[in-house]
Amino acid sequence: MFENIFSPETLTEAWGIIQSEMLFALWETLYITVIATVFSVIIGLPIGVLLVVGDKDGVLPLPKTLMHIINIIVNILRSVPFLILMIMVFPLTRLIVGTTVGTTASIVPLVIAAFPFVARLVEGSLREVNPNIIETAQSMGASPFKIIVKVMIPESVPSLISNITIAITTILSYTAMSGIIGGGGLGKIAINYGYYRYKYLVMLVAVILLIVLVQVFQSVGTHLSVKTDKRLKR
Amino acid sequence: MIEIKNVSKTFIVDGEKFDALKNVSLNIEDGDIYGIIGMSGAGKSTLVRTINMLERPSSGEIIIDGKNMNNLSAAQLRQERKNIAMIFQGFNLLMQRNVLKNISFPLELAGVKKAEAQKKALELLELVGLPDKAKAYPAQLSGGQQQRVAIARALATDPKILLCDEATSALDPKTTKSILSLIKEINQKYKITVVIITHQMSVVEDICDKVAILENGVVAEEGYVTKVFSQPQSEIAKHLVYPDYEGGSVVNADYGTLARIVLNGAVGTPLISKMTLDLNMLINLVSVSTREIGGVIYGNIEIGIEDKNAFEKIREYLKQYDGITIEEVR
Ligand SMILES: Nc1ncnc2c1ncn2[C@@H]1O[C@H](COP(=O)(O)OP(=O)(O)OP(=O)(O)O)[C@@H](O)[C@H]1O
Ligand SMILES: [Mg+2]
Repeated sequence: MFENIFSPETLTEAWGIIQSEMLFALWETLYITVIATVFSVIIGLPIGVLLVVGDKDGVLPLPKTLMHIINIIVNILRSVPFLILMIMVFPLTRLIVGTTVGTTASIVPLVIAAFPFVARLVEGSLREVNPNIIETAQSMGASPFKIIVKVMIPESVPSLISNITIAITTILSYTAMSGIIGGGGLGKIAINYGYYRYKYLVMLVAVILLIVLVQVFQSVGTHLSVKTDKRLKR
Repeated sequence: MIEIKNVSKTFIVDGEKFDALKNVSLNIEDGDIYGIIGMSGAGKSTLVRTINMLERPSSGEIIIDGKNMNNLSAAQLRQERKNIAMIFQGFNLLMQRNVLKNISFPLELAGVKKAEAQKKALELLELVGLPDKAKAYPAQLSGGQQQRVAIARALATDPKILLCDEATSALDPKTTKSILSLIKEINQKYKITVVIITHQMSVVEDICDKVAILENGVVAEEGYVTKVFSQPQSEIAKHLVYPDYEGGSVVNADYGTLARIVLNGAVGTPLISKMTLDLNMLINLVSVSTREIGGVIYGNIEIGIEDKNAFEKIREYLKQYDGITIEEVR
């Protein structure tokens, strides 16, 4: 299957494709990833907060049934495989974007798949906050809203950053899959050339770029998380 | 004044009821430094947390300056809590905020302007003796320094009451002393009522005017520290006051009679030496435990003597001293 991968002809041909398409694909991947992450956080963060504060002994206990419903929705969305979810949300995508194919359209299923994940990650981060600190804020007369925005979220910033980094890298790998339904980016290149046209070298380069992107996101995220954490003595 | 009226608290753990507080009633006067002491699990934290309704009593009332805390709405309670500051064993500072921002945090909650809050925070930082730590983060401070910051933060909203739950339990003896004297200073300077929860006798001796001894959710004894510590009535109080209560240190030694000399006032004489010479009697010293409370010496000396006869002789002899009595242990 890979025998001719490094022959002179394939090399020149691949170089041509890389020159003409790769940079744009890279940009598309970044664009999709960033936009999808932003929306996932916008939706997932408040839900993650609700999952923590709405608990029986949280700072803003919510009705048990409501908590059950939120939990079930999050769990269902998290358990549907992304490939199937993409197809299932077609009607919603059409409603929002007007079409179900293309780069922008692929953002919708990404967000639907990622926000429950983000919600769980946020939940985990917020649960790490020392409950005694929350209680201290309560003893000062802080309202639940103030506790959320002035204690819980600021205190968990380093953990939130490292969790959102995990979300970004996951979304990045999902963008590769959305190439199947016409979403752009490195995933589309890999599928189009590698799977449909047997140009493995192009696919290989696309995959390497994806790996590099993950590494970059991860190191930036880890660096920021450590840098913002004032619990570490310096 | 803080009135704790017939407060009970029942926790339900795995369907089992557990009474952490049973019908507790205490009055804490304005300006008091009031100690609440007891063994671990006695219900001290639970009791102090009912004062600001962090723990809702199952029954009974908390009345502060005539205002019933039980009946306040959530918003009213939040308002009232600004008058009741609290410090904790674990300091509970916001770890991602620097010292100055920690101290101005309660002011931020109260909607005070930033510049004003910062000015107040700097003043308080001065008061607690850490003027150069404004920009430091809690993780960069020692335990004692963190507790000072927590105290400054507690004072930010000019509270009338300061609740201290084991505020010095995580600190070494020297730091404990310095924190306690800071609390005393604050009590005198700002006329703040202080409630101190502790399991350390020394804390109560050092700064409390009054004390309540809590055992299994019940107030075993309460009153002025001098009184409770010099003449403990309840079993638990005797346990706390006499380290070797029940003759814990006496192992199979045949002293004939074991007696306890109770010091309840200043002693200016070398009492035991003088007594042995005067009575021409041999005495085994078993244990000595004395402490100074408000400039007067309290405590007890356990002695082993020959027999009941000797005991009577000593009793007669001690009549010449005010505030010194002897009682038989066995
Ligand atoms: N939220 C709770 N749920 C169930 N039981 C509780 C709860 N809080 C306290 N208790 C129980 O109530 C009793 C009193 O607890 P509390 O924390 O008031 O003791 P304490 O005197 O402060 O002890 P320590 O010196 O160890 O802090 C303990 O037996 C404890 O297990
Ligand atoms: Mg306690």
